[in-house]
Amino acid sequence: MNLFHFISDFFSNGAHWQGYDGIPTRVGEHIQYTVQALGIAALIALPVGLVTGHYGRGGNALAFIAVAGRALPTFGLLVLMTLLVGFGMVNVMTPLVILAVPPILVTTYEAMQSVDPSPVDAARGMGMGEFGVLFQVEVPAALPLILSGLRSAAIQIVSTATIAAYVALGGLGRYIVDGLYQRNYEKVVGGATLVAGLALVTLAIFWAAGRFAVSPGVRRRA
Amino acid sequence: MIRIDSVTKRYPDGTVAVDRLSLEIPDRSITVLVGPSGCGKTTTLRMINRMVEPSEGTILLDGVDIQQQPVNTLRRSMGYVIQNAGLFQHRTILDNIATVPRMLGWGKEKSRARARELMERVGLDGALAKRYPYQLSGGQQQRVGVARALAADPPVLLMDEPFSAVDPVVRKGLQDELLRIQEELGKTIVFVTHDIDEAVKLGTMVAVMRTGGHLAQFAPPAELLSHPADAFVEDFLGADRGIRRLSFFPAAGLELLTAPVVPIDATAEQIAAHDTTDAPYLLVTDPDGKPLGWSEPQDLTAGDIKAEELLPCGRPFVPGTDSLRAALDCAVLSPTGWAVAVDADGGRVTGVVSQQTIAEAIRGAHAEGREDDGRPEGPADMKVAG
Repeated sequence: MNLFHFISDFFSNGAHWQGYDGIPTRVGEHIQYTVQALGIAALIALPVGLVTGHYGRGGNALAFIAVAGRALPTFGLLVLMTLLVGFGMVNVMTPLVILAVPPILVTTYEAMQSVDPSPVDAARGMGMGEFGVLFQVEVPAALPLILSGLRSAAIQIVSTATIAAYVALGGLGRYIVDGLYQRNYEKVVGGATLVAGLALVTLAIFWAAGRFAVSPGVRRRA
Repeated sequence: MIRIDSVTKRYPDGTVAVDRLSLEIPDRSITVLVGPSGCGKTTTLRMINRMVEPSEGTILLDGVDIQQQPVNTLRRSMGYVIQNAGLFQHRTILDNIATVPRMLGWGKEKSRARARELMERVGLDGALAKRYPYQLSGGQQQRVGVARALAADPPVLLMDEPFSAVDPVVRKGLQDELLRIQEELGKTIVFVTHDIDEAVKLGTMVAVMRTGGHLAQFAPPAELLSHPADAFVEDFLGADRGIRRLSFFPAAGLELLTAPVVPIDATAEQIAAHDTTDAPYLLVTDPDGKPLGWSEPQDLTAGDIKAEELLPCGRPFVPGTDSLRAALDCAVLSPTGWAVAVDADGGRVTGVVSQQTIAEAIRGAHAEGREDDGRPEGPADMKVAG
């Protein structure tokens, strides 16, 4: 049995396509965890990154938060959270959000800092308010980098959301965890393939978002 | 009128960028602030639209303190052009220019129509409207910068070293364009530069500033060149200020000789009729009257004059629009020492003039300047292409 047999057997087995342990259900759960964690992380990190980057202050504090966030072991945090609050979504979301905040925060800050200062000066000199300067001048110019921060956060979440299965939740991690426990390598490989596929789909989505949202005048420099 | 009244800018670390500066900037003319780096010229400009707030003193716009109105209302009433144009990379050329009208609440269509009008005014091809800034050359980007500043038709235009980052040829084009636009629109322009030639060329009034934010001299360029206030200004003007001052005297008064001009198909009599005491050379023109080159009369054979064997006549000058400086330059560059005058539209020869005649005209012009105590009213107001 080689890897490709595992993959073809897993996906050709009709039983794997239905029910609460079917591929559509598990993919749906995985996507749900990813979107939730990315949403919460973006809600925290984007405003902080935009504002600190706009005013050019707090860079050191951000670097510290980023290092601290990256230093926290995701799996260890999951176990700790489970011990503290018991099983549930909160203890899965917390490590995933902590994983996703640093890349979004740091790239957003860096993106804002790297915006050419002369259009910003011109905008202020023309009488544009701070809100306008931020959203009409700085963000459009910083958007390619901001999106790249969101993208790396999203991909990290997709790959790491498998840990939800360790605390009795669903998602694609279910196949890997259960497969290992049952010594069903077909299931393990199938689950891993799905995670990898989902990561690629995430990449594609961000590529499309970039095409759609980033101005052609800025895109060529990204 | 913009009135700067003993304004000082002191930074928290104690550096004084501008020191008790007072200046009256006349309406509908170009006032240039010039000086070495660190003289506070940019700071002064930026205090006019409150990008920098003065530590002491007041700035009045038409008699009203600029602190009286909300800062963004003030800024929207003043065009602002900066060194690298500062265009918005994510917006098309048209939308860049339409920025201020949009901020003022004009409709999208009205703003864009206005932007199109401005593109034409600053000499930009309408085909560039849908392009993005990175697709334009530096000179074109700067034109967009000027168009954007003019979009809402503000009475005041603040320009901070707008042409410093482009090459000399493009810079000259932009300067000429600015003078042309100013002739049409008559804005109150405050222009910052470190280039004294640019200051002399563009300024109706020139304020020379020195390090530490002091005003060294405030005068029309012709007066600056003829009567620098002190050694600093003199030094800053450079060694050839005498030559440059000639830019302010028109070449129109030069006495032109037409006798030493013959067409390429001249007869032997025409050549022989030439009196060498007037001029030792003959200028040969083509049948249309455009200059071909110089020759000594004895080297010319009627019916067999070869244009390629003539001495080059160099660049001609146009008496009506050029200055004595341009005429002198032509004479110095010509191998015969004679300058060729042509008419403005056809480039046909209207006569020739020698270095001696130009030198006499220069002496005459200087003497006139001295009679009224070196404040030559005429030349100061007049600006001829140098």
